[in-house]
This record gives sequence, structure tokens and C-alpha cells, in this order.
Amino acid sequence: MTSPAPPDEGAARPSGTGARGTPPGPPRVRRPAPLRIRGPSAARRINNRAVIALCHVAAALVVLPLLLIVWHLIEKGLGGLSLAFFTHLPKPVGEPGGGVANAIVGTLVLAGLAALIAVPVGVGAGLYLAEYGDGRLGALVRYTADVLSGVPSIVVGVAAYGLVVVPMGRFSALAGGVALGLLMLPTIVRSTEEVVRLVPRSYREAALGLGAPRWRMIHSVVLPAASGGVVTACLLGLARAAGETAPLLFTALGSRFWTLALDRPIASLPVYIYDYARAPYDDWNRQAWAAALVLLLLVTILSALVRLATRRMVRV
Amino acid sequence: MSATSLAAAPNGAAARVRGRALARFADAAHRRLLALTALSVFALVALIVIEITRGALPAIQAFGWRFLAVTDWDPVAEHFGALPYLYGTAVSSALALLFALPLGVGASVYLAELAPRRVGETLSFVIELLASIPSIVYGVWGMFVLAPFLRVAIEPWLIARLGFLPLFRGYPFGIGMLNAGIVLAIMILPTIVSISRAVLLAMPRALREAALALGATRAEAIGVTLDAARPGILGAVILALGRALGETMAVTMVIGNTNRVSASLLAPGATMASVIANEFTEATSRLHLAALIEIALVLFAFTVVVNAAARLLVLWSTGGRRDIAGAA
Repeated sequence: MTSPAPPDEGAARPSGTGARGTPPGPPRVRRPAPLRIRGPSAARRINNRAVIALCHVAAALVVLPLLLIVWHLIEKGLGGLSLAFFTHLPKPVGEPGGGVANAIVGTLVLAGLAALIAVPVGVGAGLYLAEYGDGRLGALVRYTADVLSGVPSIVVGVAAYGLVVVPMGRFSALAGGVALGLLMLPTIVRSTEEVVRLVPRSYREAALGLGAPRWRMIHSVVLPAASGGVVTACLLGLARAAGETAPLLFTALGSRFWTLALDRPIASLPVYIYDYARAPYDDWNRQAWAAALVLLLLVTILSALVRLATRRMVRV
Repeated sequence: MSATSLAAAPNGAAARVRGRALARFADAAHRRLLALTALSVFALVALIVIEITRGALPAIQAFGWRFLAVTDWDPVAEHFGALPYLYGTAVSSALALLFALPLGVGASVYLAELAPRRVGETLSFVIELLASIPSIVYGVWGMFVLAPFLRVAIEPWLIARLGFLPLFRGYPFGIGMLNAGIVLAIMILPTIVSISRAVLLAMPRALREAALALGATRAEAIGVTLDAARPGILGAVILALGRALGETMAVTMVIGNTNRVSASLLAPGATMASVIANEFTEATSRLHLAALIEIALVLFAFTVVVNAAARLLVLWSTGGRRDIAGAA
């Protein structure tokens, strides 16, 4: 580092009381005594090293267990994967083998139902927030969406039980879809708003300038321009909902058979994992690992694709 | 507009006026429609609150505030008190924060300040990705990997060395509060790290540069930035706390599920969320079900308060950058 002597400080100060009126001569800069630059003391240097080292350790300790989980899943789950695992129904206790075909289909059905409920409402609300959402209603809806995203999934499950299961009189795929839909909703609303807000002003101005009414502008120009992001927003919500277990325990319940009826209990991967992991049979536990690997792949691939796509598109 | 064209096409002008009125009407209708969908989000949340409150009503009427202060949970005698579950939720979440807070802040400092840019971005991408692992997967891991490890390696050691403290008395079960705390910590770390990193990156560079220019070491400069980012990081931590409070599946699988209040971290326990998951489908009496729904109501209230506080803090400290608060 160079010496920090500021030359203009000497120049700004009048050189003496008698010098008033005379034109300022060349500033008399007092040459500073040569500075001995000492680095930080030993204690501070050690402290510095220690803090930086601790940060590295912390980062390693954060990533390590997460990688361990993925590693154990692959190690213990891969052996259980086979074609039969994907195509067969669960076997009764005692019979080896069996698969998760109905649970995979059930998860897809539940996710589809959830999307059917959450996407229209979520995209509509997101559009409203982005286009008209500066008033009080906008603030209210934004706040409730934030509240909803913080509500524990089990609480949403309890609500879906009261809203759907009790009136229908039985557990059903529909109730599970409603619960998952409620969980997806806030993600879709807020992400749609963000994405639609990113559409450049010039697009809107061009559309309005050509004489399009506002609704035309929104539907023919803004929404298509943001469509990629809106799809991403929906998939992000779907990825979150597909892995949820807690709200399904007492809405969709689970099933060991092929069912596609929406008013009947339906199987799903997360509930299957829960049941099989808690069962006292080694064979079932192995299948729980395999199913967990399948679920992880499903969810992670979905969200990895989504995140990669978003990064490229809008740089969030 | 010239008089001739007006005279030549009076119908066209009238049609234009009519068209404009129609467009105005369509605009207003479209706006109303969108407002209605937006309002339905609010209506759905209101519906959830009303439904849960209605379901909890029998228990509220039967027990009043005593519900939150009594440890007695006896479905047969129909005495219900939620204190063991409040205690379990508080202890497991506190443990999780104890583990996750220093690790999370340290890691986010590394990602935001120390790591080369490419490494920082790649690692945060991986961490964000890991945040999307379903909680049931954490549960399976905690049950089959972490629990045996704790039972064989960690807990006997804790009992032998620190057994004089009531915190570490008991038997090495493997499952229990300690396991739940560790699993929860792993689950909330991505939240803490990714938001704290975003907050740190949003701090003005001038802060760090000024500190360095005054001769601060790197660690001291980081301290200055951290100081400025404190409200945002606090927000991230509280948001993570909200997640820990409501986390259900992983905790249910590793906490052991007993309604005893025990001072020992090695003992099994239960949380508000885990008791709902465990007993909801098996509740036979009306009052039992209502008591479980009341626990859901309490949990809901907790998380709403915690999340509101967290979001305000994050928004405030990042100057209203909704993308950071919203991404959480």
C-alpha cells in the first residue's frame, strides 16, 4: 500500500494569517515522514486465517450430508430397480418382488389433478398481480400467497380433509389433488407475476400503439412472450407438490391396487415409501429405498430442467 | 378529419365509436375476471382458516386455553393437552437452528465472498437442487442411515462422556430428538444458505472495499458486510425456522413418537406435525379429531407469524427485492 498523504489538505488550508490577499503560491506540502507499513498483527492474521478456514469447513459440511443422502439413495436403491419394479403392482406380505406401477400412475394422476386446479387460478392471479396488482387488492393477494406458501403441508392436508373428504364421505384422489393444488398455488402465482413483469415495456407499448385494447395486449403479446416462464413456474410448483407426503396421508390415503377413479383412494409414490419404510420387513424396506430413488429422480430432474431453463431465459 | 370523409362514411365513424365502447367494456370485463381469480387465492386461504377453525371448535370449547398448557394426551379418557407436542416442536426446531445457523452462515459467506465465481454459482445451484429433495426421502435416510450411526457411534459416546448432564441421559435409541434435530438442520440448510448468499451479494461492494482500504483483514471486511446483512440473514433463518416448525414426514419417521416430555435429547418425542400425521387417520372420537385439528390451527398460527416476520426482514434488508424474498 502507498502512503495515504493527501496533498490537497495542505493546499486548501491558508498558509498563514498574513497571507490574506496575496495570490496563493505553490502549496507547501510537508513531506510526510516515511511510513513504516506494518501488516495486521499476528493475532489478527491468525483470526483472519481461522475465519476463512471455518467458512470453508462450513461449506463442506453443508454439502456433505446432502451428497451423502444422494449417495446412499443410489447405493441402496439402485439394486431394487428393475423393469418389474416399474410395471408390477405391490405384492402381498411374504411374497417377494412387486412394484410401484400403481403408485407412479397415482402420483401422476394426483399431480395432474393438482395442476388442473392450481394452474388456471395461479396463472390468472399472477397475471392480475403483474398487470393490475399495484393497488390494495394486489397487496392483499400477494400477502395471502406468501402466507399460503408458508403453511405447513400437513395443515393444508387437514384443511383438504375437512373441505373434501368429510363432505364426500370417503378418502379420494380428488381430495389429494385439492391438497396438492393448494400447495402448488403460491409458487405459480408469485413466479408467474415475476415472469410477466419481465416482459419488456416496449412490447406492451407496441401492442397498445397498434390500437390493441389492453386485454388483447395481455393475451396476444404479453402472455405469449412470457409463456416459457409461465410453464416453468407451473412445473416448479408441480415438482414441489409431487414429492409431498403429509397432505396425502388422510386425503388420497393410498391403495395397493390399480385405481383411476377420482372418488376412490389412490396410491402415490411418497405414501408408498412411507408405508414400506416403516414396515418390519427387509424386503419392503429395500423397495422403499428403490421407490425413494425413483421419486428423487422424478423430482430432481424436473426441477433441474426448470432451473436450467430459467437461468438461461431470464437470469433470475 | 375532413368534412367529406365524415359525410361519406357516417356509418364507419359510428361503428368506430361503438367499437371503442366495446373495447372499453371488454377491457373492464377482462380486468374484473382477472381480479376475481386473484381474489379466489385470498378466498382459498380464508377457506382453509375457516375450515380448520370450525374443525377445531369442539376441542376449543372443551379445553379452552388449558389445551396448550396440559401434558396429558389420552384418547381413551378423552383428555387432550398439546404441551408435549409444543415442547417437541420447540426443541427439535431449536436444535436444528443450533446446528444449521453457524454452518449456513459460514457456507453462505464462502459462496458469496470467498469462492471463485464459477465454483460459487455451481455449488449454489447444487444446493438449490438439493432443496427440492422431498422430505420423505430425508426421512428414509434418517431412519435407515443416521439412526444406526447415532445409536452405534455417537450416542454411547455422549452418554459416557456427557451423561452427567440431563440432556444426554438415557439409552442410545438412535431415533429421538437428536436425530430429528440433525435431519431438520440438513433440510433447512439450503434455505438458509441460498437466501443468505443472495442477501450478501445484494450488499454494496463499497462496504467491503472501504473496510479493506482501511486496512482490515479479509475476515474483518467480511464481518462488516455480515453486520450490514444481519437483518436479511436473520430473515433467512426465521424463514427456515418456519419450515422446521411445520416439517412433518422426516420428523415423524425419526423422532420416535411418544407424548412424554423428556429433558434428554436422546429420548424419543413428538412434534405438532408428527402427531397429526400419526393419529389423524386413527382418530375415532370426535373430540380426538378436533384436538388434532386444533393442533393444526396452532401450527398454522405459528408459521404465519414466523413467516411474516421473516419476509419483512428479508424485504427490508434487500431494499424491497421481491425476487429474493419471493424465491424463498
